[in-house]
Amino acid sequence: MSDVNYKKISMDGLWNNNPATVQILGLCPLLAVTGSVVNALGLGLATLVVLVGSNVCVSLIRNYVTDAVRLPAFVMIIAAMTTVIEMLMQAFTFELYEILGIFIPLIVTNCTVLGRADAFASKNPVLPAALDGFMMGLGFLVILLILGGMRELVGQGTLFTNMQLLFGPMAANWQLNVIDNYGGFLLAILPPGAFLGLGLIIAGKNVIDKRLKEIQKAKASDEPKVSRRVRTTGKVS
Amino acid sequence: MSLITSTSPHASVKNNTGAFMRQVIYATLPGLAVLTWQFGWGSVINVLWAVAVAVGCEALFLKARGRHVGFYLKDFSAVLTAVLLGLALPPTAPWWLTLVGVGFAIIVAKQLYGGLGMNPFNPAMVGYVLLLISFPVAMTQWVAPGEAPSFMQSLQLFTGQLPVDGLSGATPLDTFRTWAGNESELASHGILHGDIAGQGWEWVNLAFLLGGLYLISRKIITWHIPAGFLAGIAAPAFIAWQIDPARFADPLFHLLSGGAMLGAFFIATDPVSAATSRMGRLVYALLIGVLIWVIRSFGGYPDAVAFSVLLLNLSAPFIDYYTQPRTYGHDKPNRGTGGA
Repeated sequence: MSDVNYKKISMDGLWNNNPATVQILGLCPLLAVTGSVVNALGLGLATLVVLVGSNVCVSLIRNYVTDAVRLPAFVMIIAAMTTVIEMLMQAFTFELYEILGIFIPLIVTNCTVLGRADAFASKNPVLPAALDGFMMGLGFLVILLILGGMRELVGQGTLFTNMQLLFGPMAANWQLNVIDNYGGFLLAILPPGAFLGLGLIIAGKNVIDKRLKEIQKAKASDEPKVSRRVRTTGKVS
Repeated sequence: MSLITSTSPHASVKNNTGAFMRQVIYATLPGLAVLTWQFGWGSVINVLWAVAVAVGCEALFLKARGRHVGFYLKDFSAVLTAVLLGLALPPTAPWWLTLVGVGFAIIVAKQLYGGLGMNPFNPAMVGYVLLLISFPVAMTQWVAPGEAPSFMQSLQLFTGQLPVDGLSGATPLDTFRTWAGNESELASHGILHGDIAGQGWEWVNLAFLLGGLYLISRKIITWHIPAGFLAGIAAPAFIAWQIDPARFADPLFHLLSGGAMLGAFFIATDPVSAATSRMGRLVYALLIGVLIWVIRSFGGYPDAVAFSVLLLNLSAPFIDYYTQPRTYGHDKPNRGTGGA
């Protein structure tokens, strides 16, 4: 495979085959930790790093591991990557590590990671595999951020609360009070808010896709037609 | 004398969805009147504002979905949803509370599922539960019975200019839950000892009972759901009350408190989200009633009509599957794909 289409890999990860809005994978962290932007960003970055790392490793060993034992091997790699991330977060962003809790080790079970390892990295060279992991992770991260932003805004009326958990003391005053004297809307913070929010995001993506298709169709039909069948009766499909 | 020369059916009354929905709305009027008498103008303001919001949301989403706006608005289903939710909300509710609840009920619980007839859950109760979970404080502030605020006060509560704290008091169900097990405290709270049951609420529930009986007499609803619903509350309440009257309220108190009658005749009977066969409806309503008693007696909320109705809405397809009537000529009902 010499002619790797890097643009297609990127577009697949970010839009056409987005793990969150198209494959609907990794719902557990997506729904559980997106109560605020900082939680979403923390887990999104961790998943991104695990995805890139596991894709690279899987791609490196793809010619030495037989089909029969490939899944256990992939899971071992992913688990090792996740453990590294977990320890790094414990060392450098301890408070965030405490907040995200069980959902950091649960990255091992995120179907996106194993899915990309098996579906892409095990069949492609290192560079495309790394790009695929990065783009899939980025696509996942973006959806996490949008959902986290939506839920924090509707639920608490703020944005970027507690960003110092991730960026250190300099981010302590990043909090935006979008709506003053906001009473809070508990449902958005609770799990149903995550389901509703994700549903709206997927609906929004489908609407945009539909529009794009219509525009393309309109463009195609603007081109001069070579021949046209003429009928005198009824409609012809 | 003119003879009818057309073939059957000879039905002379033209019934349509709109006519049925309007009948149900008329049947809530006694309840609304008593609510106003006991708790002030808040309920009337709630209902009117809720109807305005519901019709607006419905029209907006019918248009967005490319449906005929005028035709679907004429079925009065959105108005009925708004009326029921308006009646269920506390009379002290500020305008934004009703706006959020009714908007969610119509847009998410009804239109996003495909409009009237497609919603698996009762829209009014979805709106109510959303508000109860999101704004527990605003949703549990009821006016003390008999101390109804004036019309101006109700209006100020609605616009949020008047803090609700000075006017609110615990409902009979709240009071009983707080003091359950403490006999002397239960005896000392006058709100628990009205003329028949809990003060104020006894008349509200009797008024809804009256409206419900009208609906049965007009054959808008059958007796199965209300009977099952009320029996489901009364039977376990009676047994528990016999065992320990200090810990458990008597059945009459349960039947005439909170949303019991409104739920039994107006909410659980929603034909879209309820079970369909007669047997199924009895089972469905009985389970709602039992669940209400269980949550009222052991749960974290004083009343539970909304939660119970939603849980059984979810189970309605399952109940339908096991209560499918036998068709003529078959030994057993045809179930599933194989079928006997």
